[in-house]
Amino acid sequence: MSALDVNVTRKIGEFDLDVTFSVESGISVLFGPSGAGKSLTLALIAGLLRPDTGTILINDSVVTDCANDMYVSTQERRIGMVFQDGLLLPHRSVLDNVALAVRQTSGRQARRAVARTWLERVGAEQFADRRPGSLSGGQRQRVALARGLAGEPALVLLDEPLSALDSAVRRELRTLIREVILSSGVPAVLVTHDGEEAEELGDVVIAYNDGRVTGVRMVELPEDAAPQPESPDGGASQ
Amino acid sequence: MTGLIPHSWLNSVGIPPWVWNPLAISLHAACEATLIVAVVGITLGYILAKGHFPGRGAIETVLSLPMALPPTVVGYYLLTRMGGPGPIRTAELHLFGHPLTFTFTGIVIAQIVESFPYCLRFSRAAISNVDPRFEQAARAMGLSRWRTALLVTLPLARRGIVAGVAMAFGRTLGDFGATMIISGSVPMATTMPIALYNAVFFGSHEQAMVLAFVQLGVAFVILFGVTRLGKVRAW
Repeated sequence: MSALDVNVTRKIGEFDLDVTFSVESGISVLFGPSGAGKSLTLALIAGLLRPDTGTILINDSVVTDCANDMYVSTQERRIGMVFQDGLLLPHRSVLDNVALAVRQTSGRQARRAVARTWLERVGAEQFADRRPGSLSGGQRQRVALARGLAGEPALVLLDEPLSALDSAVRRELRTLIREVILSSGVPAVLVTHDGEEAEELGDVVIAYNDGRVTGVRMVELPEDAAPQPESPDGGASQ
Repeated sequence: MTGLIPHSWLNSVGIPPWVWNPLAISLHAACEATLIVAVVGITLGYILAKGHFPGRGAIETVLSLPMALPPTVVGYYLLTRMGGPGPIRTAELHLFGHPLTFTFTGIVIAQIVESFPYCLRFSRAAISNVDPRFEQAARAMGLSRWRTALLVTLPLARRGIVAGVAMAFGRTLGDFGATMIISGSVPMATTMPIALYNAVFFGSHEQAMVLAFVQLGVAFVILFGVTRLGKVRAW
């Protein structure tokens, strides 16, 4: 079963996106220069934009089918998103930012408990009561990662999550992102134009150039580099 | 509001009826008008900022006209529409049993029309300026359009919205032209600006000085408070 199947076209001005690829479990990296259409592809997968033609399937369920005019709304696609600058809500605490994304339980306290678990997993539990404005860039991205995963999404999309950070923090967060995503068992699509980042984070690298997929390559990883999936409470996932 | 505090108490603390009555009418009308303006203005501001439908610009322009018109023109149109024959007067008679000209409700309506554009335009601008990616992130988290609006968009636009409501409130407190025409300075609809005008007109300069100073103080206190409200829990 594919976690994600994309076969879409979209024209914006002179730019013409026409891509087809499939994603399995693990982290798939869309890698290419700026303006290649990587972030546009994420927006189409998330349902923030509609393709001109084609289909998108998440876990073999059709979420976009242009021929049949079928579009599942963004909030019903069960995706998590991590943006370049975090986009944490400045008027809510860190804990409430993450709790807002929790869908699998109702009630404020229950959602906050799940959110706290995710903050612990990304090493940000000590910031729970702070406002995002008081955090550093790296701390904000940890929280953004927790928020992206807290809703038990079917797929998590990361749009250049490290590009606004300095190199030391980037290295630290690469390890964290890979560990947390792989241990969660949620398939991820990550966009980057940094070759080192693509190699270090991805299980599969999908190369982009000028709106086209120019190659797909598996990344060789050491045996011990892939943590085993586990649920937020520490148990094994399905 | 005039009935909330006994006149004997007001007299004992030295607030004469010629100050308290117009002040109470002004504050009462301003609060009612601003409440209605805030609810409708913010909602419409959101629709105009987020909606994609033809005629948005025309709607905003028409609703903003009172901003650019002399208040007496607004008052004149209200007087002729509400006081003259036609569907509006028929509706007034049907709903209230009497025309709304020269009544307290009449001045509330005049102040709504006068102040509405400020709330609408400030709210629309503030909501338009919210980074849409915050809303996209919220939608991706599973929030509905309504929850996204309430939990994300409006809080992020809060400062502009509060400024708009404050401007609208200030406009209602300070309105003279439209209120004067629609109320005709009858006692139950005499606001502070009209009381000041009457005091000057009838040569009561001491009363005029006091009324002007009270309006200055009230406007400062309320607008300062509203401004502070917009700054609390800054991020």
